[in-house]
Amino acid sequence: MTTQEHDASVYETVQESSEFQELKRRFRAWTFPMTVAFLVWYLLYVVMSGWARGFMATKVLGDINVGLIFGLLQFVSTFLIAWAYARHAEKKLDPIADKLRHEVEEKTK
Amino acid sequence: MSSTTLGMILFLTFVAATLAITFWASRQTKTAADYYAGGRSFSGVQNGLAIGGDYMSAASFLGIAGIIALSGYDGFLYSIGFLVAWLVALLLVAELMRNSGKFTMADVLAFRMSPRPVRTAAGVSTIVVSIFYLLAQMVGAGALVGLLLGITSEAGKVWTIVGVGALMIVYVVFGGMKGTTWVQIVKAVLLMSGAALVTLLVLGKFGFNLSALLGQAAATSGPKANPESFLSPGLKYGTEAQGLAGKIDLISLGLALVLGTAGLPHILIRFYTVPTAKDARKSVLWGIGIIGVFYLLTLVLGFGAAALVGKTAITEGDAAGNTAAPLLAQKIGEEIFGSVGGTILLALIGAVAFATILAVVAGLTLASSSSFAHDLYAHVFKRGQASERQEVGVARVSALVIGAVAIGLGILAQKQNVAFLVALAFAVAASGNLPAILYSLFWRRFNTAGAVAAIYGGLVSALLLVIFSPVVSGAATSLFKTVDFHWFPLSNPGIVSIPIGFLCGWLGTILSKEHNEAKYAEIEVRSLTGVGAEKADQH
Repeated sequence: MTTQEHDASVYETVQESSEFQELKRRFRAWTFPMTVAFLVWYLLYVVMSGWARGFMATKVLGDINVGLIFGLLQFVSTFLIAWAYARHAEKKLDPIADKLRHEVEEKTK
Repeated sequence: MSSTTLGMILFLTFVAATLAITFWASRQTKTAADYYAGGRSFSGVQNGLAIGGDYMSAASFLGIAGIIALSGYDGFLYSIGFLVAWLVALLLVAELMRNSGKFTMADVLAFRMSPRPVRTAAGVSTIVVSIFYLLAQMVGAGALVGLLLGITSEAGKVWTIVGVGALMIVYVVFGGMKGTTWVQIVKAVLLMSGAALVTLLVLGKFGFNLSALLGQAAATSGPKANPESFLSPGLKYGTEAQGLAGKIDLISLGLALVLGTAGLPHILIRFYTVPTAKDARKSVLWGIGIIGVFYLLTLVLGFGAAALVGKTAITEGDAAGNTAAPLLAQKIGEEIFGSVGGTILLALIGAVAFATILAVVAGLTLASSSSFAHDLYAHVFKRGQASERQEVGVARVSALVIGAVAIGLGILAQKQNVAFLVALAFAVAASGNLPAILYSLFWRRFNTAGAVAAIYGGLVSALLLVIFSPVVSGAATSLFKTVDFHWFPLSNPGIVSIPIGFLCGWLGTILSKEHNEAKYAEIEVRSLTGVGAEKADQH
């Protein structure tokens, strides 16, 4: 187990660097709006389960109704968002994060 | 051979196998990182399975299948909240926590703030959330085993709770995180296989026609006046009879479910068992896949039980519907393979359900004892002066004590309605823990006063609102039926207490003069890049 010396100035320098700011921007610009989006999508589902019951009960295919399909779509969107995040992180975040980590670990050695 | 005998044999096989794992793990557990985090040596896939194991509690497996079997669509709503919640964990919490923490949730907070007050607050809320959750599982075990293993006497149930408690203490005290994680993995594989098998048989019976299954479920178990309402929302949560308050309660429940997961201590410590943040990400992805598929299976199990077993027979077994899945296994086994098939399938699912409870209970005990030893003992009482050896010793003793407390409370609370304990654990986690975690990861200005205010504000408001809700008094389903001191109309406090948690965190922060920008620079760089993150053990 390695205990890092607290060298605040190194971290503040990294934090101010344009590369780190870019990493932070890429992380937040993707995850924050996406979090809002899936929470709104989920709450829409919950609200409609409370206030749009007639619509949710509309039959689509045999006994399969809108409510069930809406619910299953929540599964689909969850799987898709998880997959999309993994792709985004691998392509856009990991390369910068890895590079910065190596640089800082060199400096703080 | 009867199904109870066969169930007992299968269950004892599981116990023997997991005890062997625990014994093996105990010989590998030497350092604090071994005990708390399994040496950080689990792969993403292994930890993903363990996440599934920790999360698919008896409440999800038996509870959701049971709610669907009795109330149809509304049970489905529950499982969606539980699943979507994982996106919060994946996008905002898992990797950043892995990078900036060590053993417990409090590590992340203590990093940039005055450690003693925030560790005390985080330790208290960890233990409160875990004990509520734990209690629900213990009581569930008592009720369930009575039905599955044919133990109906009071003494038998008490001894079952004692037995479950004793086993879990052994897992945690000796196996630590390594043993507990392997128990979760074994359980997750068993549970998924068992649920998949019964699902396939049920779907096969209906010619893989979902609509036919739903139709028969509604016809058999739906309300006589309007069978089709079984397939749409409104039979259980926010019924028309409850009016506006009922519907707001539904939203409140939905919020607690979706925001609670990322604040559950036994889930958060899972992120520390892998070597890097990338593995933490991978494990959550696997977890989401497993949990998602599992909830799709419970959808079929629930409607299958409604269609084939029927509401009347299910409520005869257990009024809350908790035995719907095992009864379905028996029924479908009988129909396809004859009475021997029914016996075998019932025994199988019964043993799996029991293994489920045992594993979840072990995960919760580990989370709360870790927090007690690492946060309260080592950093608050001993001010960081305790040796690793002493700390792990205390963790083991506190696992024993917490286990004993859970056994005692489990016996006392046996006859209570326990569903609210799980929802309450989620509401407390979402109100007390999540705001503090998110602020400390993302808000530069956040400080000690803010963290303490967020945790206690969320925790206390959630607890108080429940005490004065119809869950505790004033309704036919209350804990205390004969008195009425309720004034809060909702049974789930989330919609009020979660905003209170966030608000207290904000207020506490801006009212305090403390600034910690330099420390925030460090945690921000560390959390996003993984600089200085705890490494895996090299042995």
